[in-house]
Amino acid sequence: MEIIMSILAGILFSAGVYLLLQRQLLKIIFGTAILSHGAHLLILTMGKLNRGAPPILEEGIDVYTDPLPQALILTSIVISFGVTSFLLVLAYRAYKTNKSDNMEQLRGSDHD
Amino acid sequence: MLQYAVLAPFITALFVPFFFRYIRAIHTGWLILPIPFGIFAYFLSQITTISEGANVHSLVQWVPSLGMDFSFYLDGLSLLFSLLISGIGTLVVLYSIFYLNKNEKLHNFYVFLFIFMGAMLGVVLSDNVYALYLFWELTSLSSFLLIGYWYERQASRYGALKSMIITVLGGLAMLGGLILLTIVTETTSIREMIAASDSVLESPYFTGILLLILLGAFTKSAQFPFHIWLPDAMEAPTPVSAFLHSATMVKAGIYLTARLFLLFGGTDIFFVLVTGFGLLTLCWGSYMAVRQTDLKAILAFSTISQLGMIMTMLGFGTKEAVFAAVFHIFNHATFKGSLFMVAGIVDHETGTRDIRKLGGLMTLMPISATLAFFGAFSMAGFPLPIFNGFLSKEMFFQTSLDLDTTSPLVASLAPFVPAIAVLGSIFTFVYSMYFFFHTFTGKTRGELKVKPHEAPIGMLISPIVLVMFVVVIGLLPNLINGPILTPATAAIFGEIPSKHIVFWHGFKLPLYMSLIVVALGVILYLTRAKWQAVYNWIPGVLSANKAYDSIYNMKFRIAEKTTRTYMTGSIRHYVLYILIFIIGAVGVTLFVTDGFVIETGDLAPISWPEVAVGLVMAVAAFATIMMKNRIAAILVLGVVGYGLSLLFVFFRAPDLALTQLIVETVTVALFLLCFYHLPKLDTGKTTPGAKTVNIIISASVGVLVTLIAIASHSSKSFETIAHYFIKESHHLGGGNNVVNVILVDMRGLDTLFEITVLGIAALGIYAMIRLRDKEEID
Repeated sequence: MEIIMSILAGILFSAGVYLLLQRQLLKIIFGTAILSHGAHLLILTMGKLNRGAPPILEEGIDVYTDPLPQALILTSIVISFGVTSFLLVLAYRAYKTNKSDNMEQLRGSDHD
Repeated sequence: MLQYAVLAPFITALFVPFFFRYIRAIHTGWLILPIPFGIFAYFLSQITTISEGANVHSLVQWVPSLGMDFSFYLDGLSLLFSLLISGIGTLVVLYSIFYLNKNEKLHNFYVFLFIFMGAMLGVVLSDNVYALYLFWELTSLSSFLLIGYWYERQASRYGALKSMIITVLGGLAMLGGLILLTIVTETTSIREMIAASDSVLESPYFTGILLLILLGAFTKSAQFPFHIWLPDAMEAPTPVSAFLHSATMVKAGIYLTARLFLLFGGTDIFFVLVTGFGLLTLCWGSYMAVRQTDLKAILAFSTISQLGMIMTMLGFGTKEAVFAAVFHIFNHATFKGSLFMVAGIVDHETGTRDIRKLGGLMTLMPISATLAFFGAFSMAGFPLPIFNGFLSKEMFFQTSLDLDTTSPLVASLAPFVPAIAVLGSIFTFVYSMYFFFHTFTGKTRGELKVKPHEAPIGMLISPIVLVMFVVVIGLLPNLINGPILTPATAAIFGEIPSKHIVFWHGFKLPLYMSLIVVALGVILYLTRAKWQAVYNWIPGVLSANKAYDSIYNMKFRIAEKTTRTYMTGSIRHYVLYILIFIIGAVGVTLFVTDGFVIETGDLAPISWPEVAVGLVMAVAAFATIMMKNRIAAILVLGVVGYGLSLLFVFFRAPDLALTQLIVETVTVALFLLCFYHLPKLDTGKTTPGAKTVNIIISASVGVLVTLIAIASHSSKSFETIAHYFIKESHHLGGGNNVVNVILVDMRGLDTLFEITVLGIAALGIYAMIRLRDKEEID
């Protein structure tokens, strides 16, 4: 199962990177979103999958899945959410101000 | 006591601006004139000590742990240079009092000049190589400031920059050589290095050390091809040219070569480099001097040529040659200093230095003409024993005939050396005559701005003193032999020469060589107009100045071109650089270390619902790329997120599933909220080439991530620490939900700052929206 999930993470990374290389600001934000999904999946996979019960302590259960990667991912999800929403508003503002969302045109001048 | 001699000019420099500001009635120069004179008197008082073979040493600690100390050491060589620096320094300050009037920026001038004087004394007195380097660079810096003294002139700035670049280039090379020397000899003291000279000769770095240090010496002493900064340094005020660019600073390289002579002297490579470049400089400098039309430019090329001659003699490496070099160092300082001052007087009293406009000044300026006569004829080495230049030139010829031919290489080159020496001297004779006769005899050519008249007596004192030395030493050479020259030679060569300067040595070969020089020189001078065209061929387009300028400009062009190629301003390119680097670094490491392993023993069983969800996510991710419609793209992106939360459910992470679900919903909602304002998705076409690159790069990243993930999963080196959290969650944290206990209890700091991130993002979004409102209202 871990190998399949590794491949899936790789696919998500590919898609994310491909979107990052696009000219349109909106697509770049899509790319960061997919990249963070891929990263989260990767962290979870690296902590081994399906080795016991959910990490909520109950009488009579000895084997739980690793809780640490889950805690890390939870932190990461919130942070990437913050960043994605910030980027989204930034993209919206950039588009409004510059009348363009094409990154090839948003280069700035030589003296910036 | 020595350290105060070095310190005194620096301290004086501190007070100069106050003198200039508050004592306006008296020329600032008068107030500080006693300082160099006092230093000169101090060094004079040391002559007896030094000539008896003793030496003076004083130490001021600086950074002892790194072996850096201001360790000053006075022996014959440093005494000669100290006397020149302080003596000519005194004369130059005196001269400058009459040369610069009180409306000039005197506070700048004397500060720079005194920094230079202190630095130069530091160079010649330092025994510690790091202190030597410090003072060395201070001379470069103060020379830069002095050349650029009239900074409103473009030519001054150009000259200052050029000299700075070239001398600092050499200075840095020298620092490299000195550091290598300290590593090889394990000491920072020059005297101890000389004591350990065997270890230097045997060291594998010997050639490197020699090349680096000679590069420093050659750039400072204006040896070919680094001589080009010196003619441009003539933009400095004339007292500066007389002091720095003839008598003292340009001899720093000579000093360094002489000081380290005991380390390098006698080896073939030293002979070839120092004599070779010296002779080349001698010939080239004197050849080029004839071409110049500016009085100071003639003198600049003459200085280059004479420095080449001194270098040559050091390169010869015999006892007599070193003695002759020391003698000529002294002689050159006297006659060249006086000639520069005369050139300054001519400039001052006629308003021009252009030799094509000058002529017939002999009757108008008899004293200056007399001074120039002695200076120029001494410079030419005219065979009359009233000129000190003649005596040292004879010695030069004599030593070129008596090379130490024990080494086969030197023996094979030795026959050519006297011929080249004569060739260089012929041109020396030509430009000396040109300098004197064209300025002071004949008729005035062209209109002069100022009506020429003799200079004030104050301005003439300094050159008169120097010319007195020319004549007195010409007549009584042994006057300075015992007290100054012999100890200096002993300091360079290591043993004491018993040299008596022969006043008139009879009809020997060197005299015939001098006569050849005079005969051919006269012919060449008289037929000057006929062969001037030669300069169109050599140097023609091969001038070192043109090379310097084109290298200098090319450097900027290449730098700009390089930067423009990769700094395109396109974010796509920058992302590509980053990704290609990551792929390269990680991929190569993975390949080289044979890092890929696959271990199938410890895998969870495959369950099909999860595979199906994964498949849907993969398809959705690709669909996000393909979508041309905004709303469809947003929704498909949502599918990836929801798929992920479903996977979290399957993989027993309830909190993650919850959070992911909510976050994905809010993100999609946010996208949809902005939907109306968002731009259309299909703007412009990507070129097929760029598209291929994108596909290759993104596919490689994906493959690399997969490979690393599998490899690292297959090679677990130690157990997870999860047991601790599970065991202690209830006991220490008082909760059963282990993930939550980790988040708020065991690793609560993470959560604190994650909250902060969210807060900052919220504030940022608010600010962006509010700012827009304000702008639009305004």
